[in-house]
Amino acid sequence: MLVIEVRDLRKGFGPVTAVDGLSFSLERGEFYGLLGPNGAGKTSTIRMLYGISPLGGGSLKVFGLDIAAHWREIRTRTGVCQQDNTLDPDLSVEQNLFVYAGYFGLERSLAKARTAELLDFFALSHKREAKVMELSGGMIRRLSLARSLINEPELLILDEPTTGLDPQSRHQVWDRLQALRKKGLTLLLTTHYMDEAERLCDRLLIMDHGRLLVEGSPRELIDRHAGRDVVEVEEAGADMLDWARAHGLTFDRSGTRLILYIPEAALGQVEADFSRLFCAKRCTLRRASLEDVFLRLTGRELRE
Amino acid sequence: MNDLSVYSWRFWRVWQRDLIVYRRIWKVNFLVPLLEPAFYIVAFGLGFSTMIGGVDYAGLSLSYTAFIAPALVATAIMYNSFFETTYASFVRMYYQKTFDGILSTPISLEEIIIAEIVFSATKAAAATAIMLLVLAGFGYVAMPLGLLCVPLAFLGGLAFGAIGMFFTGITPTIDMFNLPIFLFITPMFLFSGTFFPIAGLPAWAQGLSLAFPLYHLVELCRLFCLGRMEVSWLLSLAYLLVFTLVFGALGLKTMRRRLVK
Repeated sequence: MLVIEVRDLRKGFGPVTAVDGLSFSLERGEFYGLLGPNGAGKTSTIRMLYGISPLGGGSLKVFGLDIAAHWREIRTRTGVCQQDNTLDPDLSVEQNLFVYAGYFGLERSLAKARTAELLDFFALSHKREAKVMELSGGMIRRLSLARSLINEPELLILDEPTTGLDPQSRHQVWDRLQALRKKGLTLLLTTHYMDEAERLCDRLLIMDHGRLLVEGSPRELIDRHAGRDVVEVEEAGADMLDWARAHGLTFDRSGTRLILYIPEAALGQVEADFSRLFCAKRCTLRRASLEDVFLRLTGRELRE
Repeated sequence: MNDLSVYSWRFWRVWQRDLIVYRRIWKVNFLVPLLEPAFYIVAFGLGFSTMIGGVDYAGLSLSYTAFIAPALVATAIMYNSFFETTYASFVRMYYQKTFDGILSTPISLEEIIIAEIVFSATKAAAATAIMLLVLAGFGYVAMPLGLLCVPLAFLGGLAFGAIGMFFTGITPTIDMFNLPIFLFITPMFLFSGTFFPIAGLPAWAQGLSLAFPLYHLVELCRLFCLGRMEVSWLLSLAYLLVFTLVFGALGLKTMRRRLVK
C-alpha cells in the first residue's frame, strides 16, 4: 500500500516556481529522502504534504486519501518535525508534549503515559520541568522529535532533523529512528547531510528547481552516477585530463581540482596506471559517495 | 480550506493551551485588575472630586468616582482582549512559531484564530470578575445585577479580541501596532463617555462616540453597576454582537491571507 502518492505536484509563489511537476511515492515502512540544494522545493513539497499549504497543481494522496478533503484525518495519523524550532517556549518540556497530545484529542491519561514514555525514549526525563529556552540544541531537536511522535504516527515527516547537531546527538537521533523503523514506521526525510541520507534512506530522490533529477536507492545512485571509487587530484594538469578522456572516464573539474569517477569494471587497471603516472603527490583515492552524486547532479556553484 | 470542515470544537484545545500559560503567571495576571481600579478610584477620588462636585448621568446624580468605576471595567475589558490578540498573538504567530507547531496537528488555522479570540475574552472576563470585587468593596457595584458585567466582559472581549486579530492580520511588524492604538484605541478610551458623559459634547462628537464599541460597553457596564444607562441596552448589545461578527470574519480572512501560502 502506498502511504504517499504525489503526481505532477506544482507550487508557485507569485512569479517564483517552487515545485514544478514533481512525482514520487512511498511504500509503507519505507524510509525515503528528499534531497536537493537550498531552494530546490523540498520544504514547499513537505508543507503541501501535511496540508498547511494548498496545492498549486497536480494531485497528492496520503494514506490513499486526498489531502484537501481529508486533511484532518491525514494529520491525525502523521507526525511532523519542522525545520524551524516550533516548540512552545511558554510551556515546560513536559507540557510541550502533554499539550500537543491535546491537539490530537488524546485522553488525559493516555497523554500522560505517552509523554512519560517519550521523555524516557529521548533521554529527556531529567529535563521534564525545564523551559524550552534552557535546553541545548540537541535537546531541542530531540524534544521536537518526541513531540512529532506523540500521536504514534504511521507516517513521520522530518524536515532537516539533525541540522546543527553535534555528532553525538546526530547518532542518538539516528538510533532512535532505526528503532522506530523496526516498528513499521514510514519516514519522509529532508537533509543536507549525505551521510545521513545514505545511512537512513531505503530510497531517495534528488531534486532541483522544483523538479526531480534522479530517484533510487543510495547504492544504485552512487553506482549509476559516481561509480565505485573516486580519485581526487589537487593540482591537475592537462596530461591527466587527456589520460582520463583516453580511458573513457567521466570527471569533473573544480578550480584546479580534478575529480575522477571510476566504475567497478575499470577499477584495478585504471587505478594502478593512474597512480603510477600521476600520483606522486596529492592524490586521494576513496569510495564514491552520495555527496559525489549530489554535486555532480546539482552543480558545485553556491546557492542563494 | 475555506469550507466548514475547518470549524470544530477542537479550538478548545488551543484555548486550554493559552489558559495553562496564563495560570503559570496567575499572580501577575491577577495583580493588575486587583490594583488598577483601586489606583484610579483613589487618585480620582482624592484629586478630582474636590474640583468636580458630582456628575449628572441619565437622571442620576453621582459622585465622580461612582461615575467612572463602571468605565474602568469597560476599558480594562478593551485593553485585556485587544492586547492579547495583537501583541501576544503576534508574538506567538511570528516569533514563537506556536501556530506553525499547532498547524501540523489536526487543528485548523481557523480554530487557532477562534481560540485566540475566545481566550482574549476569557482573560477580559477574569479581570472583570476581580475588578468587580474591588469596586464592590468601594460600594460602586449594584449587586447582584453588577455580576452581569462578567458575561458582558466576555462579549466585549470577543469584540475587541476580534478587531485586535483583524489588526494582527494586516500589521506587517509588531511596532506598527502603535498605529491602531494611537488612532483607534486611545481616542476611544477618551471619548466613549468614560471620564465625562457624552451628553455634554457637541452633536457631531456624540454621533462619533455612538460609533465606538467602547461607548456601548461602558454604557452596558453602567447599566449593570448603577441600574441606568443613556441609550437602549438592546441597541448597545446588538451593536457589540454585530461588531464581533464583522471583525471576527475579517480577522479570519486577513489571518488566512497572511498565513496560508
